[in-house]
Amino acid sequence: MSVIVSFDHANIGYLAHPVLKDVTLRVNDGEFLLVVGPNGSGKSAFVKTLLGIIPAMGGEVRLFGERVDRFSDWANIGYLPQSLHDFNPLFPATVEEIVSMGLMAGRTFPKRRSSEDRKRTDEALDRLGIADLRSEPIGTLSGGQLQRTFLARTIVHHPSLIVLDEPNTGLDSKTREQFHTYLEEMNGKKTTIIYITHDISEIHDCATGLLYIDQRVLFHGTLKEFCSSDEMEETLGAHLQHHLCQEHCGGS
Amino acid sequence: MDVLSLLQFGFIQRAIIAGVFMAFLAAILGVFLVLRKLSLIGDGLAHVSFGGLALGLTLGLFPTFIALPVAVLGSILILKLMERTRVYGDAAIGIVSAVGVSCGVILASVSGGFNVDLMSYLFGNILAITQGELLLAVLTSIVAIALIAAYAKDLFAMTFDASYARTIGVRTSRIDTLFFMMTAVVVVLAIQLVGVLLISALLILPATTALQLAKSFRSAIILSAIFAVMSVIAGVFVSFLLNIPTGATIVLMSFVAFVIAAGTRAFFRQR
Repeated sequence: MSVIVSFDHANIGYLAHPVLKDVTLRVNDGEFLLVVGPNGSGKSAFVKTLLGIIPAMGGEVRLFGERVDRFSDWANIGYLPQSLHDFNPLFPATVEEIVSMGLMAGRTFPKRRSSEDRKRTDEALDRLGIADLRSEPIGTLSGGQLQRTFLARTIVHHPSLIVLDEPNTGLDSKTREQFHTYLEEMNGKKTTIIYITHDISEIHDCATGLLYIDQRVLFHGTLKEFCSSDEMEETLGAHLQHHLCQEHCGGS
Repeated sequence: MDVLSLLQFGFIQRAIIAGVFMAFLAAILGVFLVLRKLSLIGDGLAHVSFGGLALGLTLGLFPTFIALPVAVLGSILILKLMERTRVYGDAAIGIVSAVGVSCGVILASVSGGFNVDLMSYLFGNILAITQGELLLAVLTSIVAIALIAAYAKDLFAMTFDASYARTIGVRTSRIDTLFFMMTAVVVVLAIQLVGVLLISALLILPATTALQLAKSFRSAIILSAIFAVMSVIAGVFVSFLLNIPTGATIVLMSFVAFVIAAGTRAFFRQR
């Protein structure tokens, strides 16, 4: 089993101010890792460092075995940022233009769309149930429709690692369920998934690992290990830990 | 006088050809600049160019050839201030712009005060454009438009979300440098059209007019270019017929287009 993501004693933060210290972990091929932590715990900084958007302040981060600052195989990555927060509703773009942006991942100069690209765009729009919105300006969409547009952009190029930062924002329960089913399906086909959320109740039955962070890594292991972790019991309280384990880990 | 008969004059032909090419290019760059909230970079780089023009006049060299590298350096300085220091884009533009104007004023003073040449750059004179300047404007526009077309997908992704663009492999720093340098070149060459004081209108007005009506990014680019070209053609003819300054007339034509577009949008939103 190959290592897809690795952090070695990485310090993570913005402008020389560490928010997450001494992170060491591996994410293997085909894993479904949930990254959970309260607001301000360093989740978004973790994702941005993982993808090389901000540099690690020490230690090393690798993607597919390559140092992230030298990584070039971006076609393997699908990333959903927390776009709804700083989204400009006056930006003149259609749903189709935004979704097809994902197809340019890893492309070399000159970047052009092919007929195969159009098929993939159609497929992603269909998958997220927004095919009828393809020509709509994004400024006219609801929060849920917008999030589905960004999710379609994330998966349109069939990446082998999907990184999702708070993907449930704005989604109704039906779409959320459909999307989770899709993620399970993708994970079943060996796509590695890193799923970031502030809400621990979003624990997935299909998650193979859980990383709990709050300024530092408090827990990294399987869901079963989570259920028996004293540190998690201390952090979350025995009641919440027991409740989550009852619901998602068969009461173990 | 028949409006079309004006086309027999060589200086009108040169003005329209140079104006159309430069306005077309400025309008396309303008869409990216406006959406990235860098609208005033045209103003800032024009002020830096003023310093370069003053240096050229002081040294007795062709001012545009001195203003070009000075403006390019100014654009890189703005970019680096934004990237590497805790300075916002508008503040970086303000700093570089102020330094450019200060240098220009000092150079003009040292060389014996403001002269007519320097003043003509402040207000522009598209009707006085020479064959050499026309050739430079057309060739530069063609090269810059080809570069924008080649990097269109990257520029679109960066304009929408620069952080996301990096995760699809866009070399944002390299493309930003190229984009800022291109903007600097356009500003220097377009000074001939509307002058230092009105240059940012050429970048901002067609783009903001297009954004009133565009539903897609592609349509924003196309509409911006159409509005810019129409404003230049109308501005050249109207200014000649009414015997008023051409640069200022071009800008006012752009503003009329903006008012019509904004009015149209407001009308259809109310219905």
